[in-house]
Amino acid sequence: MQTSIAELKIGQKGIICDFNIEEIPLKLLEMGCLPGNSIELIQIAPFGCPLYFNVNDSHVAIRLETAREITVVIETKI
Amino acid sequence: MAKEIIKVALIGNPNTGKTSVFNHLTGLHQQVGNYPGITVEKKIGSCKLSENQKAIILDLPGTYSLNASSIDENVVIELLMNKKDENFPDVVVVVSEVENLKRNLLLFTQIKDLEIPTVLVINMSDRMKLKGIELDIPYLESHLKTKIALVSSRKNIGIESIKELILNYESLSTEPCLNASTIDIEYFDKLRKAFPNQLVYKLWLVITQDVNFLNLERNEMKSSFTKSHADLKRLQQKETIKRYQFINDILKIGQKIDTSKASDIRAILDRILTHRIFGYLIFFVILFTIFQSIFDWSSIPMDFIDSSFANLASYTKLHLPSGEFTDLLSEGIIPGIGGILIFIPQIAFLFLFISVLEESGYMSRVVFLMDKIMRKFGLSGKSIVPLISGTACAIPAIMGARNIENWKERLITILVTPFITCSARLPVYAILIALIIPQKKILGFISLQGLTLMVLYLLGFAVAILSAYILNKILKIKSKSYFVVEMPSYKVPLLKNVGINVLEKTKSFVFGAGKIILAISIILWFLGSHGPGNDFKNAQKIVENEVYTSSTPINPSVIPDRVSEYKLEHSYIGIIGKSIEPAIKPLGYDWKIGIAVVSSFAAREVFVGTLATIYSVGSHSDEETTIKDQMKHEKNADGSAVFNFATGISLLLFYAFAMQCVSTLAIVKKETNSWKWPVIQLVFMSGFAYLTALIAYQILK
Repeated sequence: MQTSIAELKIGQKGIICDFNIEEIPLKLLEMGCLPGNSIELIQIAPFGCPLYFNVNDSHVAIRLETAREITVVIETKI
Repeated sequence: MAKEIIKVALIGNPNTGKTSVFNHLTGLHQQVGNYPGITVEKKIGSCKLSENQKAIILDLPGTYSLNASSIDENVVIELLMNKKDENFPDVVVVVSEVENLKRNLLLFTQIKDLEIPTVLVINMSDRMKLKGIELDIPYLESHLKTKIALVSSRKNIGIESIKELILNYESLSTEPCLNASTIDIEYFDKLRKAFPNQLVYKLWLVITQDVNFLNLERNEMKSSFTKSHADLKRLQQKETIKRYQFINDILKIGQKIDTSKASDIRAILDRILTHRIFGYLIFFVILFTIFQSIFDWSSIPMDFIDSSFANLASYTKLHLPSGEFTDLLSEGIIPGIGGILIFIPQIAFLFLFISVLEESGYMSRVVFLMDKIMRKFGLSGKSIVPLISGTACAIPAIMGARNIENWKERLITILVTPFITCSARLPVYAILIALIIPQKKILGFISLQGLTLMVLYLLGFAVAILSAYILNKILKIKSKSYFVVEMPSYKVPLLKNVGINVLEKTKSFVFGAGKIILAISIILWFLGSHGPGNDFKNAQKIVENEVYTSSTPINPSVIPDRVSEYKLEHSYIGIIGKSIEPAIKPLGYDWKIGIAVVSSFAAREVFVGTLATIYSVGSHSDEETTIKDQMKHEKNADGSAVFNFATGISLLLFYAFAMQCVSTLAIVKKETNSWKWPVIQLVFMSGFAYLTALIAYQILK
């Protein structure tokens, strides 16, 4: 099932399949947020934003609007 | 034959322990300065590699890649691109760490493409067992075409091997580890043909970013090799994927991770520290503890410094032959220096707490926790770092706003940070609070004075947030909001790093601000002990006349005090003070306080020193008195205390809000590249301060 990483639940993992390159900062790509890599939602900040992910063993927090631009195939069901 | 001095550049991702490696290599032989024209901190240290070989080590700002997104990162690229730069390294040391090796190697492969001899340091080797990581060093060395030093800067293991590798840098391979130009063969072939003398990767970097490198050539290149922004980014993405493929292939064989062995306390800590209730609670408790302890713990050394300088001043006055020089020493220089040194305990504590919060990795969690709330006020979660470090000093705080990606959020952060109570306000607050707030404890353990201080901090914070909210509504700036924060793993702060940081910051504060304070106290002393005309010269006679011819009998023993008072009033400073008195009278200040307020526009902390100088010039006695005692005994003409509750509160509010720091204004000018913002800051903050102080005094008096 394909969805944006903003829709993941805490602890859920997915494989990145696509993103809108115009809206994604280069820094995020460099941290390993690239198609084919796995991504896990670790924590959601109070009030729903930012989101804290483990992607490619990098631990990063990004805002909701950036997360919406990244599409994943869900790996684990919770 | 050995080279005279080997030039080394230390490069690495943030949070890899690069600074600890630097500290281990150089010890205390460090110099902190600035790169010419910009405010990026430049750290250089020297290191003895062997009996007769020295190295100069440059600690470059942390960066994730050679694609710069801030001026700090730009420094790294500009240096590596310019062979003529005096700091161009003979050898680069890339610092990485075991847990994030994959990501760290991205930067490493980019640097290798520049064909500079490169050593790879893999730091935090002490965590390998804990995380179940094993590395095949010889395999990694052969495929990455480099030499590797496995290091634990925490346990001080492996530092010698770095030195050895640096010493033998000439034997390192300068061959790139992969060929990145395969991402668009046709395009890169054209580039290569057009500029046969340049490295293709270098050209590619010039095309993709704003680096001041061979400007002429660049314009020429731009015209014939232009691609749209999106196309360039797509190519950069391809490049990044290509590099990661290479890295993944190598690590598949060279690195083994047994995840079953990994005992992760990170997840547990994250769950508690970013919890929707406990997270905020813990953050608040930490802040509260910091402020309570700053006020409580530092009062003992501060009182000690205060009274020692009072003793020293009276000792000099008594034991040196009297004359101009002794007066300058005991009334100008000694109280002036005392006024600087007295801040050391509080500043050291503040920097201590801030560097512990940063080193431990907790600060990133606070950023995460606060982002949504801060955005409501036009700030970013990342603004919390400048706002917290602004409690130490606005200058590094404003520079720290650099890693806020969004220009509008960054500008607002810069503009409101000076409202945060900085350490320079502390001595002013401390002395005023001690004068007007009773030394009581509430509930047996919360000191009323500490609580007042906390309220002042909160007030500064509240006004900062409120102004941010207003600025957010007024400013019409559109910029794309990117927000990427790395959440580093938790670490127990290293004593050595924290110690060096506290020492360096305190030193630069004492010497930086110290020069201004000392100069001002000498000028003030001169202006206070000299005066124009006969009133000043004949003070003794005039006062004697007054006393002896007075219709009501006056005890002649008051004559020396009256003479000093009279002299001060008719000195240059008295004349200046009296002329500004009408403007400050409604705030509850007399002309002496007025002088102190005006001179603290150079730097706030001058206030206490100025009053110390004015009062010691204005008293004839040789008795030791501390600044606090002198302020307590200062009387109005009607005999009431000058520093009463209303005046005290009015002063506290004035200092809370007024923009009184020339250095901050200078930094704001540099960071915003315009005089517009510092001028707006100066006018609005000081106007607001005057207004609140006026209202407070008029209500309370």
